[in-house]
Amino acid sequence: MSKHKKVYVYQGFERFWHWNQALLIFLLAFTGFEIHSSYEFFGFETAVDIHNKAAWGFIILIVFAIFWHITTGEWKQYIPTTQNLKAQAEFYLFGIFRNAPHPTKKTIISKLNPLQRLVYLGLKLLVIPVMVISGLLFMFYRYPQGDSIAMINIDNLEIIALVHTAGAFVLLSFVVVHLYLITTGHTVTSNLQAMITGWEELEDEDDSPEHDVNSEKTDTNTSGS
Amino acid sequence: MPLTPVNSTDMKKFTKAITFFLAIVAPLLIITVALRAPKADHSKLEALRQEYPKEHKSGVDHSKMEILQKDFNNPHEMTAACLTCHTERGTELLHSAHFKWEREEFIPGRGVTYLGKKNLINNFCTGVQSNEGSCMKCHAGYGWNDKTFDFTNPFNIDCIVCHDNTGTYKKASGGAGYPEMGPDGPDFKKILASMGQPKSENCGNCHFGGGGGNNVKHGDLEIALLTAGRDVDVHMGVDGAHMNCVDCHTAENHVMKGRYYGVSSTNTQRLNCEDCHTEFPHQKNILNEHSIKVGCQTCHIPIYAKVNATKMYWDWATATRKKDGKEYELLDADGNIVYTSIKGDFVWEKNVKPEYFWFNGTADHHLITDKVDTLSGMLKINTLFGEYRDRNSKIVPMKVHRGRQPYDTEHLTIIQAKLWDKEKGKGALWLDLDWERSIEEGMAYIPLPYSGNYAFIETEMYMPVNHMVSPASQAVTCKECHTRNDGRLATLTDFYMPGRDRNRFIDLAGQLTLLLSFIGIFAHASIRYMAARKRKTAQIQ
Repeated sequence: MSKHKKVYVYQGFERFWHWNQALLIFLLAFTGFEIHSSYEFFGFETAVDIHNKAAWGFIILIVFAIFWHITTGEWKQYIPTTQNLKAQAEFYLFGIFRNAPHPTKKTIISKLNPLQRLVYLGLKLLVIPVMVISGLLFMFYRYPQGDSIAMINIDNLEIIALVHTAGAFVLLSFVVVHLYLITTGHTVTSNLQAMITGWEELEDEDDSPEHDVNSEKTDTNTSGS
Repeated sequence: MPLTPVNSTDMKKFTKAITFFLAIVAPLLIITVALRAPKADHSKLEALRQEYPKEHKSGVDHSKMEILQKDFNNPHEMTAACLTCHTERGTELLHSAHFKWEREEFIPGRGVTYLGKKNLINNFCTGVQSNEGSCMKCHAGYGWNDKTFDFTNPFNIDCIVCHDNTGTYKKASGGAGYPEMGPDGPDFKKILASMGQPKSENCGNCHFGGGGGNNVKHGDLEIALLTAGRDVDVHMGVDGAHMNCVDCHTAENHVMKGRYYGVSSTNTQRLNCEDCHTEFPHQKNILNEHSIKVGCQTCHIPIYAKVNATKMYWDWATATRKKDGKEYELLDADGNIVYTSIKGDFVWEKNVKPEYFWFNGTADHHLITDKVDTLSGMLKINTLFGEYRDRNSKIVPMKVHRGRQPYDTEHLTIIQAKLWDKEKGKGALWLDLDWERSIEEGMAYIPLPYSGNYAFIETEMYMPVNHMVSPASQAVTCKECHTRNDGRLATLTDFYMPGRDRNRFIDLAGQLTLLLSFIGIFAHASIRYMAARKRKTAQIQ
C-alpha cells in the first residue's frame, strides 16, 4: 500500500462552479421536463420563468468557468489521452469488484482519469454548447419573424426543440451515472468529500508538487503530462 | 519548473486580452442581450384610460339650425337638409360600404370583385337578394326594395340611423329602410336636434341583431354590451372605460376601421388591438413575443356569448314542418327559439370557447355562381386564409357557425331562397312554408337558373371573434395551450409547440437511456456490494 497524503485538489472557485452547475442542471432539467409536459409541479408559467432565469445563471457561470479554465491552465486537465483508457474501462467493468487498485493515479496536475477526460471534454465541447445554443435560439429567434435578430430567421421551432430535448436526456443520463461513479473513489464518499472540502487523500508521489498551495498556479501551468 | 521569460511575456499579453474579453466584454454582451427586451409601456395604457372615458362634446348644437326646425313629410327631405350644411358627406356615403353593401376588392384567383352583403350568401338567412324589403331595415338608406334602388342619389342616404342621439329613431319592419313617420313615428324635431357622433346604441341597432335577433350572428356583439360590466367587455364595461364603438372603430370620411370577414376579403382597413396597446403591452417579454404568431384576442377572449346565447347551428332542412296544420315554435329553458317552422332547427350556446385558426387577414367567399363540391359533403361559405409558415398569419379565435342550407343538385350551386314578402302567395318561405316555390322565386330574382331539384348541404361560416375582451386576470393561461392533450390549439398541427408536441422517438430513446443507466448502476452496485461482502467474509475466515 502506498502512502496517502491530504492534498488540496479542488480550489474554491472550482467547487463553487461545480456545485452551482450541479444545482442549475438539476433545476433546468426539472423545470425543463415540466415544460415538456412530462409532469406538473410548479405550473407551466412558473416553470418557464425559472427555466429561463436558471439558463442565464448557467450561461454566466459558464463564462466565468471558461475564464477560470483558461487563466489557470486547468483546461489542460481535459486533453484526451488513450493512455490507460482501456485499463480504466476494465477497472470499472472488472477490477473494481476485485478491489483492484485504480489504474490512474489522481494528482492535482492530472485529476481526471482518461475516461473522465473523454466524457467531460464531450460535455464541455458538445453537450453543454448544444444545450446553450439551442436554448438561446429557443429564447431569441422570436418565432419566424426573427424580429431583432434577423440573422437567425428560423421557420420552425421543431428542430431546435428536439435537439434541446435530446440533449436534456443525455445530460440527465450523465448526471445519473456521474452520481453513481463518484462512489467509486478511494472510499465511497472520498470523492464527494473532496468536492465539498477541496481536500482529498491522494497516493503520495515523491515527485508530485502537491500541498504547497502557493505554488499551485505555476504548477498547473506546467502540467499536462 | 520555471517558464522561459519570452514565453511568459507572450503568455501574459495573451491572457490579458482574454481576461479583458471574458471579464468585461462577455458579461456586458450577455447583459445587453438579456436586457434588450423592450419594457411594457404602462404610461400608454394609463393615458388611454384617461383619454377614452371622456364624454364626446359636439361642436354643433343642431337644435339651433333653422333648416331643421320645420315639419318633414318624408325622410329624403331630412337627408337633403343635412346635406345643405354637410355638403360632401353625401358623396362619401354613396361610396361607403354601409350604403353600397359591397366593396371593390382584389381576391387572388378571382381578380377584382364587387362583393358584400348585397350579393354574398351566408348561412344564417342565406342572403338579401329577393328579401330586400325586410333586410334593408338595416341599410343606411331609404327605399332599397329591389334591384331598381338608386345607389347614386344622395337623398337615399339615411343619416339619422347612425347619428340620432335620442335613441328613439326606428326603421319600420319590412319597410325597406324607411322609418315610421307621421303620428306613429317618433319626434323628428327632437331627433334632428340631437344629431351627433354615433353611440353604441346606434351601431347596435343593426350589428347586435345580425342574423335575425340579438347575438344570433356574431356571439360577441349583443345588446348586453350596453349595460354589462368589465367582466363581459373591458372596453365597453359600464364600470370600466365605458367606451363607445366609434372610440375604436374610428372613421375618416365615413370609412370605418374594422373588418368583418363574412363579407370582406382583404387585409386592409383593419382595426388592431396594437393600434392603441402597442406591440409590447405585457410586462413579461415572453408574452409580447407570443404576439408575433398569436392574436391578442386568442388569449384575451377566452369565451364569448357571455351574457346571452348565440346561434351555433342552423338547420334549414327541417323548416316548413307543421303541427296540426299550423306553423309552430319551440323554446329552450332560456327562452331561445330552438325550432320554428319558418327557419328550422337551431342550436344555441352560451359562454362558448372559440375555435382557433391561422388567419392573415385575407379571405375568399363562396359565390352564388361557384360550384358546390358535393364530394367533400361540406361547403365553406367563406374561407379565411392563413398558416403557420405565412408571416402575416396569427392564431385568432373564431366563431364557426354551422348549418344546412339548400343547393341545386343538378347545377351544383348554392341557393338563394326567397324568404320574405309583404303578402302571402308570392313564394316567400316565411309566409307560405313552401321550399319549392321559395327557391324558384329567389333564383329567378337574381336571376340564376334553377334545375328544379334541391337538397341540403352542410355549411360552415368563419367569423373572427374580436369583442368581449375579458379582464387580464381571466385571460387564457399557458397550460390551456401548452398541454399534451385537448389543449385549445389541439387542431392547429402545422407547427411545434413546447408542452404540446414531442418527438416520440426522442422521448422513448431518452427514457430508455435513463432506464438503462439506472439498471446499469443497480447491477454494478449490487455486484460491488456482493463482492465486498465476499471479500470481508474471506478476510474473517
